[in-house]
Amino acid sequence: MNRVVITGYGIYSCIGKNIDAVKESLYHGKSGIVLDALRKEFGYRSGLTGYLEPPYLKELLDRRSRLMLPEQGEYAYLATLEALKNANLDQDYIDKHDVGILYGNDSSAKPIIDAIDIIREKKNTMFAGSGSVFQSLNSTVTMNLATIFRLKGVNFTLSAACASGSHAIGLGYHFIKTGLQDCIVCGGAQETNIYSMGNFDALSAFSIREDEPTKASRPFDRDRDGLVPSGGGATVILESLESALKRGAPIYGEVIGYGFSSNGGHISNPTVDGPVKAIHMSLKDANVQANEIDYINAHATSTPVGDASEAQALHTVFGDTNAHISSTKSMTGHECWMAGASEIIYSLIMMRDGFVAPNINFENPDEYSAKLNIADKKIDKKIDVFLSNSFGFGGTNSALVVKKYKD
Amino acid sequence: MENEEIIAKINNFFVEDFEADETSIVPEANMRKTLDLDSLDFVDLVVVIESNFGFKVKPEDFTNIVSFQDFYDYVIANSKQVENQA
Repeated sequence: MNRVVITGYGIYSCIGKNIDAVKESLYHGKSGIVLDALRKEFGYRSGLTGYLEPPYLKELLDRRSRLMLPEQGEYAYLATLEALKNANLDQDYIDKHDVGILYGNDSSAKPIIDAIDIIREKKNTMFAGSGSVFQSLNSTVTMNLATIFRLKGVNFTLSAACASGSHAIGLGYHFIKTGLQDCIVCGGAQETNIYSMGNFDALSAFSIREDEPTKASRPFDRDRDGLVPSGGGATVILESLESALKRGAPIYGEVIGYGFSSNGGHISNPTVDGPVKAIHMSLKDANVQANEIDYINAHATSTPVGDASEAQALHTVFGDTNAHISSTKSMTGHECWMAGASEIIYSLIMMRDGFVAPNINFENPDEYSAKLNIADKKIDKKIDVFLSNSFGFGGTNSALVVKKYKD
Repeated sequence: MENEEIIAKINNFFVEDFEADETSIVPEANMRKTLDLDSLDFVDLVVVIESNFGFKVKPEDFTNIVSFQDFYDYVIANSKQVENQA
């Protein structure tokens, strides 16, 4: 079996447009949440969202490539560009090797709605234009990035709601571990446009603390009232240790465990047992004990039920161990299909620079979070092993364990 | 619409929408090669023509269009038909 290492990472998120900017936000507990007046006009119950500056790609991509990319594809492209760069992977190397792509994405609302509006008006499908179908498919990110970067290895999208990005990395880990691939671009992307979250808003799952946008996302806090939708793109380069060493590539971490499970119950209500099973599986796969985990990046989205459920799951597995826990969604909001990948990157940054990012807005615990070691402030701490949880609608659970690389 | 006006309009969308180098657009040049058009680009070309000149384009119409001049002639002829019908 191959060891699987992370040789590159890149990100475009509401708390920073690259790794360095994101590090600053994580370190200082800076929120990327705003109140979007357009959402209120459109009929949203909550106008809160993560804000991302629209990327300018004209000098980076030709017209055809730009026409094919939807919003989340643009974020994923920039994240991948950064990841490939700091992995020292150039186009010449990619052209000579079977580099793959496995990316999490579970929607592409805007291109579909735009196209249908045009077709309804013009009564002619051609007016949707040549890019629409490629922007609309769930696999839009993988089909676009595989084309732009001329990737010739495995190539498909993984859709698993808010665990998509995490499962994509888990699957990439297995493809490399078992020797099917040497190098895979893995990640997650999430659109933030006004069409993308209306039906999620309909479930009254979003925070309505609109007078204090940066305080709205407050995972584990007693007074949390819902999640804040957000998005962006996050890419990690997974590679076999052999390939990384042969290339002389930088190594930012080693994926040592992946666990998964399905709740087998309600479509949106979480369970305690499902996540516990996934976490146990990841620890067993990683061959580490619960007390060896230094940091846990919780899935906690700031919903009353979801956070309480995860808090119980974490207490069940970790009891009184010393792992610090934080949910970076307190700063980023819920990056949904991207979250499982971005949170691996947030945790890698913390591991690299020796700190635990704060779970901002954690002011008062509830009966479940009171039992956890939650970092309400930034903590300087050496991290050797971390766990990252991701759970999604339909009861899909994913847990990844990453370790600092040692020979 | 005068012929010169039609040609200017066509050249403008080649430059603006297709990001073509203006100096490469000469009447006798091969349009497909100069603009590096693929089958997907023809979809966008149909939309641009219908939006700007108001006549319906059939995909087979492109079969005999090789040079920019062929394309100008095609659009001019069909635009005149639309004007005469109006």
